[in-house]
Amino acid sequence: MATANATANGVISKRTGSVSLRQHEERVAFLFLLPWLIGFLAFTAFPIVASLFLSLTEYPILHSPEFVGLRNYAQMVAGDPLFWQSLKVTTIYTVAIVPLQLVTAYALAILLNQTVHGLSVFRTVFFLPAVTPAVATALMWMWVFHPEIGLANSALAGIGIEGPKWLASTEWALPTFIIISLWGIGGGMVIYLAGLQSVPTSLYEAAELDGAGAWSRFIHVTLPMTSPVILFVTVTSMIGSFQVFTAAFVMTDGGPVNATLFFVLHLYNHGWRFLQMGYASALAWVLFVIILALTLLLLRLSGRLVYYEAEERS
Amino acid sequence: MTQALTKPQPTLISQLWQNRRTRDFWFKLIIYALLLGLGFVFMVPFLFMLSSSLKDPQEVWKVPPSWIPNPVFWQNYPYALAQMPFFGYFRNTVLLVLGVEIGRLLTASMTAYAFARLRFRWRGPLFILVLSTMMIPYQVTLIPQYLIFKELRWLNSLLPLIVPAFFGGGAFYVFLLRQFFMTIPLDYDDAARIDGANYLAIFLRIILPLSMPVLGTVAIFTFMEQWNDLLGPLIYLNTADKQTLSIGIAMWSKGGAYPAVHFFSHTMAIALLMSLPPVVIFFVFQRHFIQGVVISGVKG
Repeated sequence: MATANATANGVISKRTGSVSLRQHEERVAFLFLLPWLIGFLAFTAFPIVASLFLSLTEYPILHSPEFVGLRNYAQMVAGDPLFWQSLKVTTIYTVAIVPLQLVTAYALAILLNQTVHGLSVFRTVFFLPAVTPAVATALMWMWVFHPEIGLANSALAGIGIEGPKWLASTEWALPTFIIISLWGIGGGMVIYLAGLQSVPTSLYEAAELDGAGAWSRFIHVTLPMTSPVILFVTVTSMIGSFQVFTAAFVMTDGGPVNATLFFVLHLYNHGWRFLQMGYASALAWVLFVIILALTLLLLRLSGRLVYYEAEERS
Repeated sequence: MTQALTKPQPTLISQLWQNRRTRDFWFKLIIYALLLGLGFVFMVPFLFMLSSSLKDPQEVWKVPPSWIPNPVFWQNYPYALAQMPFFGYFRNTVLLVLGVEIGRLLTASMTAYAFARLRFRWRGPLFILVLSTMMIPYQVTLIPQYLIFKELRWLNSLLPLIVPAFFGGGAFYVFLLRQFFMTIPLDYDDAARIDGANYLAIFLRIILPLSMPVLGTVAIFTFMEQWNDLLGPLIYLNTADKQTLSIGIAMWSKGGAYPAVHFFSHTMAIALLMSLPPVVIFFVFQRHFIQGVVISGVKG
């Protein structure tokens, strides 16, 4: 009887105690979240709403913004050929580089996954470009692709080919950017390599017992098991390629004749060179919508192609 | 009987084994040849940069280019450094990196701690909000942020680049830290609470010390990102005494405020010097860094 009473009391006091504990925990959580909350409101939520509003104004920064409705967007579509040019440049670049990077980085990861000696040395070699500052590599490539005395054309001359003018030529400037980007596949490769290494060997053994050859093991085991990683790298590289800025700013500044006018460079020009904050905000919103739409599209399209182990199990 | 069974096998097996071995040998040979070839292609631009930085300005114009500089022209480095306030840029870059590191490590881990360990109303929806901010391109919030900092009269200082890091440190890092905090057993918190520790003490004395690997990853990512960033410094920093390496060197290479008499050898020397800190950090913390890339990729 006494023990029953005691436990009953214990339960009650614990219960009443836990209510205030719960409130206390909420208060503590609020304090821990406070910096993020302020930052979210001040540097994300407010700016997003503000930039949407600014995109509907003309705002030459020295005067206060003047509401013009959808005029910025109309001008973009009808009165700014460079908008279409920047969209074209960025799209061509993305369409070329995303699949190219996917295939080359994945192939490189497969090569490295063949139990080679000196794996870490090779991995370092292929990854090093990814940690070199973009400004430094941009300067380096300007020199490698110098039309007269660069390494590329000297090497081509060595085998009797007269090389193009690379970054100085309207036809070759964008392809040069694509070649340069291929040098930076190390980041994707490292992720693919980890994905490949995490495929359980038992699956390969089972497939081999069933008589699967190397090719069908790749198609039926390797690819499905690494498909979530492929999707992740593809989405991030797509987002990244729509935001190219540093290389374009340093190497060509959009030239020659706007052949490498990437979208963000166009945005920068309007915002900080022509001081048209309203128009630049409209460009930023277009970029936002494009990236969002492409991401959702990729996720939707890949829904059937990507295999999630955890989902299957539950 | 066992003999009868095993007898014909050795020849068959050894034949198979031998076939397999020769096949494997060629397979391996092709793989190594490919890797060495590709590795060479990846390293050649670096080697060209290094060799160019040590050539005298006349030798740079030689066609075809020489690989070993003759004579080795070390003077390129002091000459190049004299053309710009390199050490000022360096100091500003270090200040920027340190500021962002402190702000991010502190507040991103606080946010992650709340999401990983504490129970509160709307934790799920709020965390989805954090994740969804990852989808917003930097450029969308850039213009209003610029206007805010202009109002605060913070332009041409490092403040606009550092202060936001003190308010949550970025969704990606919150996510990375939260994932790691979730793996620490809750029993540790309970045990500490029984010993009378409050939430702050648990955060500081248990969670953070146990999370050194992931905090290291965040620190290295932040270093690379800030050392690399051009757009932010380009927009906020206007005068040479405030600029960082990336913007200072980019402007110098364009002839900006300085006499445009830089030879390629000088440009390469400067590019190499700028690359040295991140490359050294990469070599020292290589395992950490690659693990971080992998965690954010595979588990993200």
